[in-house]
Amino acid sequence: MAKIIVVTSGKGGVGKTTSAAAIATGLALRGNKTVVIDFDVGLRNLDLIMGCERRVVYDLVNVIQGDAGINQAMIRDKRVENLHILPASQTRDKDALTSEGVEKILDALVEDFDYIVCDSPAGIERGAQLAMYFADEAVVVTNPEVSSVRDSDRILGLLSSKTRRAEQNRDPIKEHLLITRYNPSRVDGGDMLNLDDICEILAINLIGLIPESEAVLRASNQGIPVTHDQKSDAGQAYTDTVSRLLGETVPLRFHEYQKKGLLSRVFGGGRR
Amino acid sequence: MKLLDFLKGERKKSASVAKERLQIIVAHQRGQRDQPDYMPMLERELLEVIRRYVKVDQDAINISLDRDDDCSVLELNVTLPRS
Ligand SMILES: Nc1ncnc2c1ncn2[C@@H]1O[C@H](COP(=O)(O)OP(=O)(O)OP(=O)(O)O)[C@@H](O)[C@H]1O
Ligand SMILES: [Mg+2]
Repeated sequence: MAKIIVVTSGKGGVGKTTSAAAIATGLALRGNKTVVIDFDVGLRNLDLIMGCERRVVYDLVNVIQGDAGINQAMIRDKRVENLHILPASQTRDKDALTSEGVEKILDALVEDFDYIVCDSPAGIERGAQLAMYFADEAVVVTNPEVSSVRDSDRILGLLSSKTRRAEQNRDPIKEHLLITRYNPSRVDGGDMLNLDDICEILAINLIGLIPESEAVLRASNQGIPVTHDQKSDAGQAYTDTVSRLLGETVPLRFHEYQKKGLLSRVFGGGRR
Repeated sequence: MKLLDFLKGERKKSASVAKERLQIIVAHQRGQRDQPDYMPMLERELLEVIRRYVKVDQDAINISLDRDDDCSVLELNVTLPRS
């Protein structure tokens, strides 16, 4: 039985797709049979981040409407065994995504996979609600910024009321906070909300902290999830996050501002 | 600039302003979280009715539902302008 994890945020552009791709890749690299599903109908992006855009033939809506089988629509990742991508459709109207359709797809996948990662669209409308509806766990992606934190709190409200687990009075969705685009030097300067403040305000378990990193753009340029860049801070931070999702205890990294010493200034430092 | 800041005394860091604002926003949002879906509509319509008689601002009305074990209390607060 697969665990269904939704990657969600409310606010747009905070790093959901980056995180969904990185986490799915990390889970698969650890030997879990994983599928990552793009729920952003009309604005698909996940295929680009995963580097499989030229292999998209069928999509989520094709499967829901019966034009293609689930196995025809799923794309096998080129780099990692056990990793599959189910792209969103690019053109069709958003109403094509139905709750019954999504349920049928997830029911079919749950038998075969260990993890199903759902990349939610921004907002709190239907698409976002469908992406979270069937979830067992939620990764709430938050930037250290007022509007992002507020939206995350709204999403937490939806997770605890507008989901299958909530409606059926089952154990609630396990909520995890993933802080991304964290800039320790700005936090140090007092111009960015710090880790502890965000955790205190949202009051959910912190699953990871991803620093603002040049490696992320580089990864998306190449269509290679940043998890593969194990020399980078972001890549390592996502690997830590995956370990914690798997239940391991891993100390937090990349959250402290390292004032550059003379030596690292001369030699360029270890971090990229 | 730095020197000026120093002379004026420590300026409040923007991150701590952000934190204070968020604490208020989130407390407010959580208060609304468990309310029934009709509350925003009810609030709007009540405001409309009151406005037929008194000129009040959008934020002059505050409505909340408190649930106890066996009954619920609908609390309505309207700040009327000084006449
Ligand atoms: N840790 C990071 N460091 C630097 N840039 C980042 C980081 N995480 C994400 N970004 C950048 O932020 C932008 C938005 O990322 P992404 O597409 O993952 O967000 P999203 O939440 O999925 O957006 P949308 O709401 O539109 O679906 C991208 O340009 C991405 O490269
Ligand atoms: Mg996205």
